[in-house]
Amino acid sequence: MLTKELKVKPIENGTVIDHIPAGMAFKVISIIASGRDIDRPMSIVMNVESKRLGKKDIVKMEDLVLKKREVDKIGLIAPEACINIIENASVAKKREVDLPKRVVGIVKCSNPNCVSNQNEPVDSEFVLASKTPIRLRCIYCERDVTNITENLI
Amino acid sequence: MEFENRDIISIHDFSTKEILHVLDVARDMVPAAQGKEEKNILGSKVMSSLFFEPSTRTRLSFEAAMKRLGGKTVGFSDAKSTSTKKGETLADTIRMAEAYSDCIVIRHFNEGAGRLAAKFSSKPVLNAGDGAGQHPTQTLLDLFTIREEKGAIKGNRVILAGDLKYGRTVHSLAYALAMFGVDMAFISPRGLEMPREFVSLVKEMGVDLYEGRDLAEAVAEGDVLYATRIQKERFPDPQEYKKMASSYRIDNEMLSGGKKGLIVMHPLPRVNEIAAEVDDTPHAVYFRQAFNGVPVRMALLALVLGARR
Ligand SMILES: [Zn+2]
Repeated sequence: MLTKELKVKPIENGTVIDHIPAGMAFKVISIIASGRDIDRPMSIVMNVESKRLGKKDIVKMEDLVLKKREVDKIGLIAPEACINIIENASVAKKREVDLPKRVVGIVKCSNPNCVSNQNEPVDSEFVLASKTPIRLRCIYCERDVTNITENLI
Repeated sequence: MEFENRDIISIHDFSTKEILHVLDVARDMVPAAQGKEEKNILGSKVMSSLFFEPSTRTRLSFEAAMKRLGGKTVGFSDAKSTSTKKGETLADTIRMAEAYSDCIVIRHFNEGAGRLAAKFSSKPVLNAGDGAGQHPTQTLLDLFTIREEKGAIKGNRVILAGDLKYGRTVHSLAYALAMFGVDMAFISPRGLEMPREFVSLVKEMGVDLYEGRDLAEAVAEGDVLYATRIQKERFPDPQEYKKMASSYRIDNEMLSGGKKGLIVMHPLPRVNEIAAEVDDTPHAVYFRQAFNGVPVRMALLALVLGARR
């Protein structure tokens, strides 16, 4: 009874992020938790069977709507994720996270000698060099970010 | 093809057609570069020459290029003498140079500095080398040299030899040669091989590529031998360095196994990579290659400043 309730309890208003690759839920949470206080219920379901991914994680957040910047970041680490915006207990909007062609100010260049890491008055900036796997190429030093998850700002 | 007001930051910004156009204009510049002809087409223009790290060859050839076209230069040759030391951002230094001059030549120790400079300047920026990154004018003068010496870029087999890991000039050159469909051989000591991403990039571009360690053997097949400096510091064991250095040393004996028309190039300065006895042979083109920096940079300055189309 308890398990069932935890698993499927619907939320009234808020956001459900589905189809997160198994194990990535905590990364998604850390994106959402940085820069805001989370004082409403949030639940994480991990390693659920999924037809598409084999196993997946789900994150449910009551009364919380993601900012564009957060959606962009989630798109970079979990491009398969699907974001459901819940209003009055039903899905009001469903959207796949989309990968922007240019990624500005949300990832740090992994090259420490890159000019974008030197206190110059510019945001980091990348072009999407490849979609699968995701590769971001710095417009300054022209190198690819080696580990996007570790370099999120 | 529009070059006026354009930034010259990376060889990746060029098409083959644009490269060939720059090389055509450079050819026209040769007599003036040699001082045999006057070409005061940039008479009222000022070039900022911002060298945050010293590079005598590149700086002198840029300044000579500007002066051969009748222009003037301002700038510094070393970051020690600039306000960057006092914590000024590169962006602010660029804004200042933009206000004082018509174009900006920048050499900097951080990768991407050229692109950043271009962001803050409405006047054209020419990248004269950014850290371990791009050095497009070197790549263009290398291509110019091959074309002038061999008549064309395509149709040659080019051997890139020596330190292919840290030698940044060979990364851009390999990419540019692949754009032209030039077949290549990468010959380097263990540990100094061409980075894998460049190898796969070049292969994806459809050129025939051979990788190996034996330079003497590879020489037989080549039309162009491009040697790079191998720094002693890359070898923790001095014995190992000595052994390696002797097998990569280009001398007349090694060249006797090559084609008659084989040309030897080197970005200079050389240390021991090429024996002095080679200098007097028809194979040696590295001094002409160094001179070619002037007409190629003249062409770029004339193009971006709108004095040539
Ligand atoms: Zn970078």
